[in-house]
Amino acid sequence: MTDTKITVPVDESAEPAVVPLRAALKAPIMLGIVTMLVALLVGFKARPGKTTFRLGTDSDFFDLPEITVPSTATVATVVVLLAAITAASAFVVSRGRRTPLWLVAVFAVVAMTGFLAWAAAGKTVPVIGLLAGSIALAVPLVFGALGGVLGERAGVVNIAIDGQLLFGAFAAAMFGTIAGSPWGGLAAAMLAGALVALVLGFFAITYFVDQVIVGVVLNVLVIGLTSFLFGQVLAEHPQELNAPDHFERIAIPVLGQIPVVGPVLFRQTILVYLMYAAVAVVAWALYRTRWGLRVRAVGEHPKAADTVGIKVNRTRYTTLLIAGLIAGAGGATYTLVSVPQFGEEMTDGAGYIALAAVIFGRWDPVRATLAALLFGFATNLSGVLSVIGSPVPSQFMLMLPYVVTIIAVAGLVGHSRAPAADGVPYRKG
Amino acid sequence: MSTDLKTEPAPEPGRTQGRFDGVLREIVMGNTLVAVLSVVLAVVVGSLMILLTDETVRETAGYIGARPSDFLNAMWTAISDAYTALFNGAIYNTNVDGFETRIRPLTETLKYAGPLILAGLGVGLAFRAGLFNIGGRGQMLLAGAAAGWVGVGMDLPLALHLPLAVLAGALAGALWAGLAGFLKAQAGAHEVIVTIMLNYVGYYLVFYALSKQGLLQAPGSLNPKSQPMPESVILPKLLGDRFNLHAGFLLALAAVGVVWWLLNKSAMGFRFRAVGENPDAARASGIDVGRTYITVMLIAGGLVGLAGVNQILGTATSGVTVDLDAGIGFDAITVALLGRSRPLGILAAGLLFGALKAGSFSMAAAEGIPVEIVLVIQSLIVLFIAAPPLVRAIFRLPKEATA
Repeated sequence: MTDTKITVPVDESAEPAVVPLRAALKAPIMLGIVTMLVALLVGFKARPGKTTFRLGTDSDFFDLPEITVPSTATVATVVVLLAAITAASAFVVSRGRRTPLWLVAVFAVVAMTGFLAWAAAGKTVPVIGLLAGSIALAVPLVFGALGGVLGERAGVVNIAIDGQLLFGAFAAAMFGTIAGSPWGGLAAAMLAGALVALVLGFFAITYFVDQVIVGVVLNVLVIGLTSFLFGQVLAEHPQELNAPDHFERIAIPVLGQIPVVGPVLFRQTILVYLMYAAVAVVAWALYRTRWGLRVRAVGEHPKAADTVGIKVNRTRYTTLLIAGLIAGAGGATYTLVSVPQFGEEMTDGAGYIALAAVIFGRWDPVRATLAALLFGFATNLSGVLSVIGSPVPSQFMLMLPYVVTIIAVAGLVGHSRAPAADGVPYRKG
Repeated sequence: MSTDLKTEPAPEPGRTQGRFDGVLREIVMGNTLVAVLSVVLAVVVGSLMILLTDETVRETAGYIGARPSDFLNAMWTAISDAYTALFNGAIYNTNVDGFETRIRPLTETLKYAGPLILAGLGVGLAFRAGLFNIGGRGQMLLAGAAAGWVGVGMDLPLALHLPLAVLAGALAGALWAGLAGFLKAQAGAHEVIVTIMLNYVGYYLVFYALSKQGLLQAPGSLNPKSQPMPESVILPKLLGDRFNLHAGFLLALAAVGVVWWLLNKSAMGFRFRAVGENPDAARASGIDVGRTYITVMLIAGGLVGLAGVNQILGTATSGVTVDLDAGIGFDAITVALLGRSRPLGILAAGLLFGALKAGSFSMAAAEGIPVEIVLVIQSLIVLFIAAPPLVRAIFRLPKEATA
């Protein structure tokens, strides 16, 4: 392998002070387009009536009132705010800087409030349920995306996240039932995810097989394997093999009683709390430890890493296995939480969404987590809107995350750069 | 394969092309022996799975020390019954009377092989240009919906109606895949991600059209399904009404010929292969790489679209649904890989997988073995084929001379 180009490992957190105008301009242009779309809503499809946002639950420290606003006036106000944020973004860009992420986040929240005020005119929006459900739905995506980020930072493209989730879900259901405890199921799920990672590594690292192909094929293999075993074994003995105990919701004292934040973040199952921990640990390990530096070095410039004595393929194997453990834990969410039972192909391609979150999140654990949460929100939003009755067909809401991903990958939202050696097998010598 | 041919990832937007060089070379340069041995290995693993999950085998294993012959008998019965059922379902059924009924399974195999070959050609052609088309599902769905829309929405004589519906389907598939090619050429968007995402977008688009009166939903119905196809767009049966084999298979054979000519005899095919081998060299020698990506994806999508057309106008004529792709879009990837992206190889791989599919239904009916075992065997075949050194090590073959 002839490396002529030397790539300096890039610290993702450090944005360059001056960015090319053309790239930076994309943000205000996108914000402007969204602002116009929301303006079109109020201009052409105004929905009279009042929208109610319910913020409280029964067991908070104090009760927040329900907020009722007139739909059309709210959307009009939102359009003005959005236009102001767009102008601010354009101003920042004209000074030669990038639009800060928090400004985009504020924009998104404001735009979403406007959209809800429009879509739920005459109805009540259960804000807490919407947000708490989003987090619950995002759990497998976050675990999967964390696994994906780790693998790709070490230079191994992992398309098999879906296989890891599905195999994890299967193992959690079966061994959770046999062990008689959801903890046993969780452990089995993590091992199952690592097993898929091991096969991926075996073919991709040891035998230099194209990583995208191994990933795609592994997904098919896991679908075939789990469906075969489900039909042949689990379906025959549902009580003995496919009825695990499930994790209950645990309200964290004090934190769980804070209005809004408590019921959304701190009245969840243990898997959600594990997810918080996993995000923090992965982000810390990747950027603040010697191990993380090695992982990134191996993913950016394996030859240089090899030269200074880092065992490239061993590092890739261990990273991939750790990533597999994490992704497998995400799979346990499917069978150890709400419906404790395995079903064929139950992940329904969630691993591909997690993969999209990895790219959308620019191979950074925290950003990938935010992207996964966004996908969870979009999914839950379409569910909530279809319950309260929405003017937008549910199919278009469900389509949204995928369209957003295409836009993101096409580079309209921001520059994204994969680790330099991502997907390239390392051959010594 | 010598390592110095592994190219450095090219600069944006084409940097992702480099990673496919390796596999394309493997696909093109691996030898037939490895392919055959890979199939053997996969079937062995499949047999092990049948044995491990067979009730009688497990029971007799409980007293293997006392009566080992029971155990061996049970193993033999489980395996031979399974493969007899597979053979009876895929090639020639010895359990029934009359040649016509006995040969019927073979015609079923050909029926299942048709769309696999068409979609496999679409995936394989993109492979040859260095592109990975995982968007078969979305392309088939949109093609099926477009063909179905022409089918139920227009009233024309057969000679006009059928070709128009086929064309509409191919066009829809072509545009859906071409979008991925366009985004790759213009913005450097990785076609793997884009085609996967377009699968979902296409699914929900078709789902929407099928749940909306006036678009595709059958009038007065609440189900997401269109009206059945009228007689004037249904692909004619090849062997009379007693067999399900329809003209879609001829379409597949014709496509094999056209793609073979395109790849091996035409200037366009040469450009495809040049870009697939080394996009930088192709660009340096004056080939417009971006335009090649768009063209190859358009043609690939058209071929996958024909697989969707084959379904809605031939195999599942009772109406457009969101399941009309029947997993073929993903199976096509394994077909293309097994056929090493060569038109004739894809023909053979499509026939093999068609036979496995036809046989799996009879295995499920006769022996209660879940049809998903075929997925396991198919994916193992592809894994083994992609790793010739592994297969060589398992069978203790000498190492292949490096190219």
